[in-house]
Amino acid sequence: MPVPDGAVLSRRGEIVAALRAIVPGEGVISDPASLRAYESDGLTAYRQVPLVVVLPETTAQVSEILRWCNQAGVKVVPRGSGTSLSGGALPLEDGVLLGLSKFNRVLDIDYDSRVAVVQPGVTNLAITRAVEDRGFYYAPDPSSQIACSIGGNVAENSGGVHCLKYGLTTNNVLGVEMVMMDGEVVRLGGQHLDPAGLDLLGIVVGSEGLLGVVTEVTVRLLPKPQTARALLLGFETVERAGQCVADVIAAGIIPAGMEMMDRPAIHAAEAFVHAGYPLDVEALLIVELDGPHAECDYLVEQVAKIASANGAVTSRVSTSEEERLAFWAGRKAAFPAVGRISPDYYCMDGTIPRRRLPEVLRRMATLSDHYGLKVANVFHAGDGNLHPLILYDANQPGELERAEDFGSDILRLCVEVGGVLTGEHGVGVEKRDLMGTMFTEIDLAHQQRVKCAFDPQLLLNPGKVFPTLHRCAEMGRMHIHHGAVPFPDLPRF
Amino acid sequence: MADQSILRPNGTDELIEAIGQAAARGQRLEVRGGGTKAAIGRPGRDSTLLQIQGFDTVIDYDGPELVLTAGASTPLAKIEALLAQNNQMLAFEPFDHAVLFGLAPAATLGGVIAAGVSGSRRLTAGAVRDHFLGLRGVSGRGEAFMGGAKVVKNVTGYDLPKLLANSWGQLAVMTEVTLKVLPRPQTVQTVVLSGLNERQACLVMGQALGSQADVAAAAHLPAEINGGLSLTALRLEGFEPSVKARVQMVLEQFGTTAPCDVLPTEASALLWEQVQHLTPLQGEGALWRINVPPMSGSEVIEQLKPYGARCLLDWAGGLVWALLPTTDGGQAVRAVASTLGGHAMLIRAPEALRLSVPTQHPLAPGVAALTQRVKDGFDPAAILDPERFV
Repeated sequence: MPVPDGAVLSRRGEIVAALRAIVPGEGVISDPASLRAYESDGLTAYRQVPLVVVLPETTAQVSEILRWCNQAGVKVVPRGSGTSLSGGALPLEDGVLLGLSKFNRVLDIDYDSRVAVVQPGVTNLAITRAVEDRGFYYAPDPSSQIACSIGGNVAENSGGVHCLKYGLTTNNVLGVEMVMMDGEVVRLGGQHLDPAGLDLLGIVVGSEGLLGVVTEVTVRLLPKPQTARALLLGFETVERAGQCVADVIAAGIIPAGMEMMDRPAIHAAEAFVHAGYPLDVEALLIVELDGPHAECDYLVEQVAKIASANGAVTSRVSTSEEERLAFWAGRKAAFPAVGRISPDYYCMDGTIPRRRLPEVLRRMATLSDHYGLKVANVFHAGDGNLHPLILYDANQPGELERAEDFGSDILRLCVEVGGVLTGEHGVGVEKRDLMGTMFTEIDLAHQQRVKCAFDPQLLLNPGKVFPTLHRCAEMGRMHIHHGAVPFPDLPRF
Repeated sequence: MADQSILRPNGTDELIEAIGQAAARGQRLEVRGGGTKAAIGRPGRDSTLLQIQGFDTVIDYDGPELVLTAGASTPLAKIEALLAQNNQMLAFEPFDHAVLFGLAPAATLGGVIAAGVSGSRRLTAGAVRDHFLGLRGVSGRGEAFMGGAKVVKNVTGYDLPKLLANSWGQLAVMTEVTLKVLPRPQTVQTVVLSGLNERQACLVMGQALGSQADVAAAAHLPAEINGGLSLTALRLEGFEPSVKARVQMVLEQFGTTAPCDVLPTEASALLWEQVQHLTPLQGEGALWRINVPPMSGSEVIEQLKPYGARCLLDWAGGLVWALLPTTDGGQAVRAVASTLGGHAMLIRAPEALRLSVPTQHPLAPGVAALTQRVKDGFDPAAILDPERFV
């Protein structure tokens, strides 16, 4: 992380007082015991107590806070529910932590237009809860949906098991109100569909809190499908399971969810929740189909045929809602299940071209031997998003470091086979230093120029995403082309 | 003889060279692919034509991966034919603007992405930006860079493809693009309701989209552009048993609202092609593309009627194509769109009007300033056709 600025640390009293003048009462937290609650997010290996926490309640307060911090040169880290798995909300010792938890109201629901306008602190699941009695829901469903906030989802472009069919956050958000670091409030997008000019909303979603603080979100609502059915399919090899997935898609079927687990993950899950998973298979697939009854019935039959053609040794079709949920119970409990067989686990999040899965799993097994650490895999099979869970014991000296090195090797492998460092958890602090494996300096500079357009002083959530943040003045320089300086007559500063 | 003033770089290195030199000299460039949208924007700009050609290879296409990578100047028609052979498609339903300008089809993949061209399915399947996964290109700085990736699920770094879609070449020239592709539906049918007025039509389209019938597209042709009887179209796609069931759901929902017909596959395709090509909106005048919240579509039509507008609604009312006499000068359209929380872009008009009206809807001051700073980052010498829309 950036070296804390001693001058800012020494001005702590002044900063707290300034924030108290903007947010009265209990909205400013400065006592050490209370600050500790904010020291980490979902990536608990990283901890840092913030300089001070401020919990504004209005957009005007957010604007004043950011304007004051911008003028005073004080860094700000925005935070939703703090469930980031990549350290996106990791505080700074010399930075203000700006929590959006008091922005917790659903502002408007328009069923005719199928949109909801909500504040950023509303949880993902609360949006669905607010509209489900009318037969609607909000589609992206990250597994932390009971706790994670929609503002955090916007920052991280969160996914979920249904995103192959229904998209990520970016495909389901229509507009935001956002406060920029200089305090200016802008509206990007709205209830209309296409942007009038550049798609700035598109770049804000997934920007990991580095471009602005979102204070209102307009999301698209979908009618709840008439029904959903699932198949539980077991295979003797990962190759066969992978071929089954490819054949399902080649048959024109986009399932609502398509999840794969490898043998260690199956065994951990079964031991934990007794979902009835077969223990003699190398790969387990859960394929969920949703839509009208007629469609589900037809597609279940098609998928069962494809599975059988690929030599599925287990093939069960849910015949009730209870059974469907039972199929999912093991997958949904996979992380805690692994947590039960190992003191600690480290969850990775690369995406690979699906056709490379068998090779990636083989090489991961070799790495596992090399590092002496076990790994269990759960896999969003439809979209190639892989979640290896590395098992380690933080109490054993050196194991955390080995787990992190193992994880980095896995992500490098993902990039090597044509994939990416992160499919849905974000870069944050965790994968920041690996960005160079995927992007050149020039690629990163083009990304950082976007950052400079929004936050030229680089005060908003620094230390995340970019391995090095160059000063924006440096970024603005044109390189000299064949000895010719552009616009030689213009004055230079 | 080839026009000597046209730049025709051959390959990425020459493109870098061409843009770098133009930046050094402050020479403005008009980036062109198929040229089907060349008549959109302010006429008579002082710029040199940069013809993008030769980036026309399909680099990787593996159907079950749902990903296609191709050169940016690959003809859209070639990509669509390739996908159709594999029972797949670009789900945002791009179209060739050539038909709106009386030209031969020539749209390129890069061109439809840069112009954010999405068709009727955009309503439910998402726009270009929702299917645009990765790119290689050369920015106005004369530097080659990449953004996004070649897999369908990725949150690594900023989502530059979103920024490049609908950027009209004003940030960078794309050379290679990666798109998400999806299965083509086995069956398509359309339920048409007759005689609804615009307000009723928007309500019906909204209710249909809120139902479990999984409507893929919804359009409305008002009576005055459809031979005196309005038509409201609800498209259903998918596997045959499913489409059959969902057509019944729609008929049950609206059978008592208006006379209903079910168009089988071919008739359905013809209707949606007419919507896409704006066949019912032939004639002189200024053609506007107006984005508003879907329920406001009928309001746009009502408010523009006094100005002699003839309109067609797509995207369940969220997209209004309006043909207006040029006497309006654009003030009415812009005012109506703004009031209803949307925006209007001038697509086709005589030169005089294109000189006097900005092509794109003016942005709110804060957003305009932010947009300019983003452009300055990618194109600091302001050479990538900065006057096209002003």
